[in-house]
Amino acid sequence: MFPIVYQRQLSASVFEMGVTAPAIARKARAGQFLMLRVDEHGERIPLTFSDWSAEEGWVRFIFMRVGKTTHQLSHLVAGDSLVDVVGPLGVATHVEGLGRVAVMGGGVGAAVAYPVARAMAEAGAEVTVILGARNRELLILEDEFRALPIKELIVMTDDGSAGEKGLVTAPLKRLCEAGEIDSSMAIGPAIMMKFCAATTKEFDVPITVSLNPIMVDGTGMCGACRVSVGGETKFGCVDGPDFDGHAVDFEQLMSRQRVYSDIEREADADFSKECSCHL
Amino acid sequence: MSPVEDAAAEKPRHRPSRAPRTPMPERDARERAMTFDEVGLGYTEEMAVAEANRCIQCKNPTCIEGCPVNIDIKSFIAGIIEGDYTRAIAVLKERNALPAVCGRVCPQEEQCEASCVLARKGEPVAIGRLERWLGDFDLSCDLEHRCAPVVGEPSGRRVAVVGSGPAGLACAGELRRFGHAVTVFESLHAPGGVLTYGIPEFRLPKAIVQAEIEMLEVMGVELVTDVVVGATYTLDDLLGEEGFDAVFVGNGAGLPMFLGVPGENLNGVYSANEFLTRVNLMKAYEFPTYDTPVARGRKVAVVGGGNVAMDAARTAKRLGAEEVFLVYRRSEDEMPARREEVHHAREEGIEFKMLCSPAEIVGRDGFVTGMVATRMELTEPDASGRRAPVCVLDSDFTIECDTVIIALGTRANPLLSQTTPDLEVSSRGYIVTDEDGATNKPGVFAGGDIVTGSATVILAMGAGKKAAQAIDRWLDATKRS
Ligand SMILES: Cc1cc2nc3c(=O)[nH]c(=O)nc-3n(C[C@H](O)[C@H](O)[C@H](O)COP(=O)(O)OP(=O)(O)OC[C@H]3O[C@@H](n4cnc5c(N)ncnc54)[C@H](O)[C@@H]3O)c2cc1C
Ligand SMILES: Cc1cc2nc3c(=O)[nH]c(=O)nc-3n(C[C@H](O)[C@H](O)[C@H](O)COP(=O)(O)OP(=O)(O)OC[C@H]3O[C@@H](n4cnc5c(N)ncnc54)[C@H](O)[C@@H]3O)c2cc1C
Ligand code: SF4
Ligand code: FES
Repeated sequence: MFPIVYQRQLSASVFEMGVTAPAIARKARAGQFLMLRVDEHGERIPLTFSDWSAEEGWVRFIFMRVGKTTHQLSHLVAGDSLVDVVGPLGVATHVEGLGRVAVMGGGVGAAVAYPVARAMAEAGAEVTVILGARNRELLILEDEFRALPIKELIVMTDDGSAGEKGLVTAPLKRLCEAGEIDSSMAIGPAIMMKFCAATTKEFDVPITVSLNPIMVDGTGMCGACRVSVGGETKFGCVDGPDFDGHAVDFEQLMSRQRVYSDIEREADADFSKECSCHL
Repeated sequence: MSPVEDAAAEKPRHRPSRAPRTPMPERDARERAMTFDEVGLGYTEEMAVAEANRCIQCKNPTCIEGCPVNIDIKSFIAGIIEGDYTRAIAVLKERNALPAVCGRVCPQEEQCEASCVLARKGEPVAIGRLERWLGDFDLSCDLEHRCAPVVGEPSGRRVAVVGSGPAGLACAGELRRFGHAVTVFESLHAPGGVLTYGIPEFRLPKAIVQAEIEMLEVMGVELVTDVVVGATYTLDDLLGEEGFDAVFVGNGAGLPMFLGVPGENLNGVYSANEFLTRVNLMKAYEFPTYDTPVARGRKVAVVGGGNVAMDAARTAKRLGAEEVFLVYRRSEDEMPARREEVHHAREEGIEFKMLCSPAEIVGRDGFVTGMVATRMELTEPDASGRRAPVCVLDSDFTIECDTVIIALGTRANPLLSQTTPDLEVSSRGYIVTDEDGATNKPGVFAGGDIVTGSATVILAMGAGKKAAQAIDRWLDATKRS
């Protein structure tokens, strides 16, 4: 059992949670993830570390409520427990020797971008963070990013309710055009990463993307997480989650993410009917 | 003279029965294709005694040589004949810690039963079924009345076991007999390895695996799930900070292989590992009671000819598929699956498409709609007697299907070896050991599929047990120095 020691709501559908997991906390690195199960009937789902403390023995993650498991998770508070937490999984994000780098976090991807930007800054990179959200309510971690030793934070919202109005690709394009970045990283919905990759491609600026294919075990034994990168099949959980954004087949990734959409929606609808929160 | 022979000498001479081999009752094929309940129902006591009495108690029991771990088959059968089941179980467990499992999944027809003298007349003693019956008899007793190996005096030494498959479990049990403290680390949330996530319920009920594992816990084996060695701890952490004196690595060969044909990443294409894990480990057949989904195909094509392919095909049928095709590039004679499984699969209505090789998987809107296959023919046997499959020109045809399951075997998972650069592995990633399971790294031993490549439960268990003995010797030697 992994006791929950911390929980807070960041927006209507985004939550942060911390659990006691000392062995995992000692090994966690930016860009890596864990797999958890809420209860004995639960699905194994992957979530990226948003923060951790080796000294205090906890890891945190930020999740968006999108289906049954994340819905159940959103009802748990400090004092409850998770039956399983495994990690750290995946290859840590490459943060050394990056020079001038732009980090784009879209939606809940900001949660993953946070430790990545921090690690890059700590490794000496000059980091520009571009956060994107649909509106002010969905924008998360703005204050935390402002507290990091980064060059600049640019906020974009679809409706202009915070920062500039528009998509993250607009400032990214400006930075590329001005020759102000040497490399970049995008973390968020597949469609956002796809457009960031297209934008940087034009200027030959390298881009790393953090992919989120469906996973089962997260340790390389099932192949559910396979993605096409440069025409080769890779396993997202052990070869990734970070890949060269210019080589990823995003269409396939998006198609594979939808494989269970219909039945998952039913499961969550059934759960929501029984659930007293009526979400 | 062994004590058994001694005792037998005083008793009236055993007169073997000449009855034909006792059949084991099975669930009806039509009924069972709808449920995950176990197919084989096991012997009753009467049947077991009748079958045991067919054994002629040979002077030179050749069956024992046929068993990869040399179980004293003659003696355990003598125990059944004499009604001394406790002794029979003790004899069995002396060599095999998981008889209820092996009695179900071992390829006895190639091992002990093939070497039984009665096999010459085509009807060997049903050693596997007797083993299963004894194993089940033991499991049906209360925990305190079950036959447990005697745990040794505490040695003060600690051994870590990586992986809770048959190799790791057998190693852990044996190490307890020497009195060493044992902690088993398992990366998944449930122990058992392939016994839990791979072999389906209808062939090996999970309650049996669970009960065998409980026995090990009673013996003092500590089991820690959710630990990926190589990630949560490295091997060096275990030998360093975590304070273990030795490590046994039994992490299996869990990395699935794919075909490398176009369309392989379409939705509806699974590795057998993914398909079976979703169903067995995550209980997707009980979705939405359990949260993990699996595609319930109407027309399913399974690629491969081994036990894994049979398990996947029969599982797909039980999930409600109207048609399940087994696509294999050689002929039925060459299929590596156990005869019994092939026979069961046929009975359950799996359609065999032999001498076909997948060329492409085709789909619409990202989902599978069919598989293009090429017809094959076999060459004349070469010097080694093997017949190679070759393509028949312009013979492509399409099998309409909405699910494809690829059961082409597995390779070594590099997760652990990558973080242990000084551990010697072969060009294919398998850990290199000597005969006793010692690796090139002091204090690190290995066995099971991670050393041999995909093999069998009993070979993995044998390797685990042998390595435990080598670990014991190694601990002894390092204590003195
Ligand atoms: C490496 C990785 C890191 C991730 N990090 C985060 C994170 O930090 N924060 C966050 O909010 N989300 C993250 N995700 C996505 C998160 O895992 C899914 O949102 C979650 O599994 C949804 O589960 P559900 O039962 O609530 O929703 P469901 O109703 O089951 O599914 C909703 C959608 O989520 C995706 N999904 C479902 N099951 C899985 C699964 N087992 N593995 C991966 N995706 C799945 C599918 O696209 C599905 O259509 C990450 C995914 C990956 C692969
Ligand atoms: C579907 C299927 C059907 C089969 N049918 C038969 C049969 O009928 N008869 C037969 O004799 N054999 C059969 N086999 C083969 C047999 O199951 C294997 O040979 C045997 O299980 C190998 O045992 P093992 O202990 O080496 O590995 P495994 O059983 O694979 O166990 C390895 C364990 O280690 C864990 N692990 C992996 N990496 C790590 C890590 N880094 N840290 C911690 N834990 C880790 C895994 O999760 C797993 O639990 C079958 C195999 C499959 C897949
Ligand atoms: S070879 Fe057959 S008949 Fe002889 S002892 Fe073994 S099981 Fe009995
Ligand atoms: S999630 Fe199973 S191999 Fe990656």
